[in-house]
Amino acid sequence: MSTGELLRLDGIGVRLGGREILKDVSFAIRPGEFTGLIGPNGAGKTTLLRVILGLQPVTAGQVLIDGEPRAARDSSIGYVPQKLAIEPDVPLRVRDVVSLGLDGHKLGIRLPSRARRELVGDMLTAVGAQRYADARVGELSGGEQQRVMIAHALISRPRLLLLDEPLANLDISSEQGIVSVLARLARAEGVAVLLSAHDMNPLMPVMDRIVYVAAGRVAVGSTDEVVQPQVLTRLYGHHVDVIRVHGRILVVAAEGVDDLTADAEDLSVAG
Amino acid sequence: MSVGHLFRYVFEPGFFGSGPVHVALAVGAVIAVTSAVVGVFTVTRGQSFAGHSLADISTTGGSAAFLLGVNQFWGFLAFGAGAAAFMEMIGVQRRRGRDVATGVVLGAALGLAALFLYLGTQTSSTTGASFSILFGSIFVITSSTVPALIASALLALATVIVLARMLLLSSLSPDIAAARGVPVRTVGAAFLAALAVSVALSAVIIGAVLSTALLVGPAATALRLAKGPVRATITAACIGVASVWLGIVLAYDSFYWPPAGRGWPVSFFVVMLILAGYLLSYLRRRDSREPARESLDAEQVCSPV
Repeated sequence: MSTGELLRLDGIGVRLGGREILKDVSFAIRPGEFTGLIGPNGAGKTTLLRVILGLQPVTAGQVLIDGEPRAARDSSIGYVPQKLAIEPDVPLRVRDVVSLGLDGHKLGIRLPSRARRELVGDMLTAVGAQRYADARVGELSGGEQQRVMIAHALISRPRLLLLDEPLANLDISSEQGIVSVLARLARAEGVAVLLSAHDMNPLMPVMDRIVYVAAGRVAVGSTDEVVQPQVLTRLYGHHVDVIRVHGRILVVAAEGVDDLTADAEDLSVAG
Repeated sequence: MSVGHLFRYVFEPGFFGSGPVHVALAVGAVIAVTSAVVGVFTVTRGQSFAGHSLADISTTGGSAAFLLGVNQFWGFLAFGAGAAAFMEMIGVQRRRGRDVATGVVLGAALGLAALFLYLGTQTSSTTGASFSILFGSIFVITSSTVPALIASALLALATVIVLARMLLLSSLSPDIAAARGVPVRTVGAAFLAALAVSVALSAVIIGAVLSTALLVGPAATALRLAKGPVRATITAACIGVASVWLGIVLAYDSFYWPPAGRGWPVSFFVVMLILAGYLLSYLRRRDSREPARESLDAEQVCSPV
């Protein structure tokens, strides 16, 4: 069955410890699309990414890749986790990390080869990380680690790249650097990107579509369609205002709604 | 001083003719390589604490074996493997609760060891048993256990080498490894088993109490000297073998040191050499990176978009 869809989530529900984390989440991603998975902290973005990766069992619905149920080991999806918990004494240089992207799931050891070294070098150049190719990954800054992990994920030529909050805790120039690297590579390699973020503003120039997550449910479409007070109010289940100021978008909760105020503050600070 | 003179000075007459020395050098080298390689992955995975716990519990095993009249290697191995299985079951890897585990469980294990050694020395006249369990006995390895020692060492070494890439990927990110189909839990359990075997083997050379030194020491030095996984592993193996061999030579020589007629313990020399190596590694300046200048980089990659 070919639908032209790379990924489809069909009625996904996840319940953890009696709490409903995701309810009836459905959307599709087509090849080469840049999709922002936007929502406040704790909305279920990470859980949703883990469902797509097959790391989180679902209580309802299914994940389809090319119209087929997701296989246990799927090499068509690359993944960049939110943050590495890696000490500087771990003997992994940047080039080792990228090389593990090719065959880190395999048994045995391999002999070094010139072809592999060049492939790794090219990948590092593509993400702008060639300068610290021989540094240990545990010694790098957050933004540098993101670039390395993007190279790690892309070297096995996935068709879909998932990134969990890659822009969190980055300074503004690192943030722009990561977004432009992703946009360029997605276009050049035809890779679909699904990127989660609590602030949509840095992604506005590159996002084709938005999947807005709040209270475990999603609204899907172009930013103009989704980021509307009526749509988001229905999603949050509370009144929400959308403020456009100096080309930036702020999603703000109405006064007196306690559980949304924190999210809105978070967004305002980030915006 | 000629090379020959120096050679005779370092290697006392009879060193290369002694049977126990041959066994010690051969078995010592194999165990040192295994411990060092397993050690690199132990430090990489942040499991030095697990290694330490296994060493304490192995001490109990060695003492129990002595009380039962069994070769102490089997005691080290049985208790270490049992403890590893238990740790895997309750997931002791988590950092929280370590203080309690150290204070209560490991304390009790060493307490049991004290009882077993006490009872054992009451019923037999082998006064050296306590010492060899706690601090090793490489010169008196029973020849019948040599094949078992070598086979266990090679098995643990092979396990870690076969799983090397999966272990590294899991250290980088367990989620990425799992998403790519690595059975993270099974690989972790297999590694823990290799770790338990490695601790039991080190206990034979330098004693149960000191066995983590041979495991973590060469690895810690190697991780300061070499950046990548392959070089770090090879460096650790070389440091391990050098420490053990040099320790054996010095222990043999020390027969003539005061109090004359009694050699100093091998474990003392091995542990001191490992410490010396670690301290020496501080003399070599690690090429420290300039702080990141992300902005420059961003400009370079922004322009083509």
